[in-house]
Amino acid sequence: MADPTALLLREQYNNPVQQRESSTFGMWIFIMTEVMLFGGLFLAFTVYRMKFPESFIVGSGDMSITLGAINTAVLIGSSFTMALAVFSAETGNRRMLSIFLLATMFLGLVFLGIKFTEYYQHYQEHRAPGIWFDYRGPNPGQVEMFFLLYFLMTGLHAVHMFVGEGILTAMLIRNRAGSFSAEYHTPVELTGLYWHFVDIIWVFLFAIFYVEGLHLHKL
Amino acid sequence: MTPAVEVPVERNYLDAETGIKSWLLTLDHKRIGLLYVASVTVLFFIGGFFALLMRLQLLEPYGWLVGPQIYNKLFTMHGIIMVWFFLIPSIPNTLGNFFIPMMIGAKDVAFPKLNLLSWYIFNLAAFVALYSMIRGGVDTGWTFYTPFSTGFSTTYVSTAALGVFISGFSSILTGLNFIVTIHRMRAPGLTWFRLPLFIWSHYATSIILVLATPVLAITLLMVMVERIFRVGIYDPALGGDPVLFQHMFWFYSHPAVYIMVLPAMAVISELVPTFSRKPLFGYKFVAFASIAIAAIGFLVWGHHMFVAGQSMYSALAFSFLSYLVAVPSAIKVFNWSATMYKGSISWDTPMLYAIGFIGLFTVGGMTGLFLAALGIDVHVTDTYFVIAHFHYIMVGGTVMGYLGGMHYFWPKITGKLYWEPLAKLSALIVFLGFNLTFFPQFILGYMGMPRRYAAYAPEFHMLNVLSTAGASILGVGYVLPLLYLTWSWRYGKPAGPNPWRATGLEWQTPSPPPRENFEETPVVTRGPYDFGGLREELRLG
Repeated sequence: MADPTALLLREQYNNPVQQRESSTFGMWIFIMTEVMLFGGLFLAFTVYRMKFPESFIVGSGDMSITLGAINTAVLIGSSFTMALAVFSAETGNRRMLSIFLLATMFLGLVFLGIKFTEYYQHYQEHRAPGIWFDYRGPNPGQVEMFFLLYFLMTGLHAVHMFVGEGILTAMLIRNRAGSFSAEYHTPVELTGLYWHFVDIIWVFLFAIFYVEGLHLHKL
Repeated sequence: MTPAVEVPVERNYLDAETGIKSWLLTLDHKRIGLLYVASVTVLFFIGGFFALLMRLQLLEPYGWLVGPQIYNKLFTMHGIIMVWFFLIPSIPNTLGNFFIPMMIGAKDVAFPKLNLLSWYIFNLAAFVALYSMIRGGVDTGWTFYTPFSTGFSTTYVSTAALGVFISGFSSILTGLNFIVTIHRMRAPGLTWFRLPLFIWSHYATSIILVLATPVLAITLLMVMVERIFRVGIYDPALGGDPVLFQHMFWFYSHPAVYIMVLPAMAVISELVPTFSRKPLFGYKFVAFASIAIAAIGFLVWGHHMFVAGQSMYSALAFSFLSYLVAVPSAIKVFNWSATMYKGSISWDTPMLYAIGFIGLFTVGGMTGLFLAALGIDVHVTDTYFVIAHFHYIMVGGTVMGYLGGMHYFWPKITGKLYWEPLAKLSALIVFLGFNLTFFPQFILGYMGMPRRYAAYAPEFHMLNVLSTAGASILGVGYVLPLLYLTWSWRYGKPAGPNPWRATGLEWQTPSPPPRENFEETPVVTRGPYDFGGLREELRLG
């Protein structure tokens, strides 16, 4: 019988080690570009947070800390199931891999569900920026800036979550087709890297948007 | 006489497969490089056409060809096309794509599918940008400065910005691919300090591509959001800060200058040793100079904002850092010159371009020092002095490097030789036309002619006529290579594997190379510019 891993070696590589290292390295560089992408938004947030500290705290007071905290827990939980999925792949346990991929997808969808519930609440409270925005307190423009950055940054994060769901689906299909084994499971590992990265971004978003106005919350 | 036994002709990458599908779905880095050549050539001539119209307009002091609104659109579209759709991809995506794997003895780049994807993304981006132009164009200047771009301009800003935004993904994929390829795909024995300087320079370029491009993407995304949803991120009327836009834009766009010029330096570092028959002087210094340019290049963006209300102290720091980035650039110029010193120089076409590059880049670099000086910068800000300066870098540097590289590598790419006398003549035409176009602009800028105006005071007439005359000569110099290179592909004499007797791995395989580049993975035992070793090998056969 031919070596099954040889079939998965793409023609530009000399050996499976080179292939795995290249893919992993490529993923890390991609994550670096993502850090720079979000970095631009974090810079804009920092600049305006320095410029309008009071209004940003007022804006943060409109966040639901309960939903935010639940979502943070859900996402960290999904990182845990993702780590278990990678572990299952490493040990060649295809059944558990499928289960943990599904669990990660489920938790990701819960997160998105809660996130869009929050968006809808903000929209109903006239906190969505642009023509929908209506705030009767002092400095409405500054509060709108807070919400604009909130929608942009959590929105970009949510886009990454949707992409992640797509990748997880692809991994699930490939796993059911029997593509992964203890010898070859690089794509699962890379999916894990991506998923953890998106989770870490959320931890920062939670801190800057929700926790800041905590003392204003009615809890 | 017919040979008794039919010798099997080696299937090179051009003949391995035929038909339009074999090109559009190819994963071969060499073919993808040629696809990029086709794309950027078309875009170069579109961008050049806009430049030609601008120069024609400025033939008369009060303009005669178009009105000021159209003129605003002309320089904007010229800038957008040339910067993002020619200069950024010009050398890395064509020659880099073709030769990085060959120079490191690899079969392909690390991610061939991403490589092809990046070409499609690039074309989509170009299509979107061109669409914005067909619909009526953009008048913000290529810099999209806010609040004009977000609050006032009534032209197709979002569409054009979307085009640039999309092109960023193509840049990122290319940069990522190159970094991984250079790290992981090198042939056995090819250590970091045996790499050709072409590779070092492209490595530095790739680092900038992956770190700077995402920031441009997010900046332009915010411009689009601000325009479409009428919200204020940069608009001062809504509490935004237009200077934040400038910071973020130049955080990408200054390093982008090095994305353009480092690959040209990569080409020059190959040409100079080959045509001087000497190893490059101070190899490690040139290698690390590339990395230093990439690193310091990230810290100088504020010199675009000396008159934008920046604090005096940050202006001082940015001025100092801008002087600092000139040091590694100067190291390169000195080392190229030292390589030629007492070398056995042959005046082939690529070498003419290389020498042209060194001269023009030096002028561009030195005038960059003028602009880094705070006092002088205030005097010449937004004048033709700035225009002349960055055209000496971008056109005198990058385009000369691109043409030099195309002539140098053409025999390897096509397996054919072009007609040398005509090539030499057109190199000369490019050099003369370029200087006649842009040198008068230094004087115009110094005398105070502002950039981006459709009309000018009559005392600037003479120098503008000279500049326009130069542009028409330059145009001829650019059309000629297009004609004779295309002609040679079909009718040129066979080049043989190593027509320049160069040392790189890419010359040790047939021209055109086979699909997998080398029949077997080469094992590297010597440094990159070891002409003695090459002579020895040739003598032993």
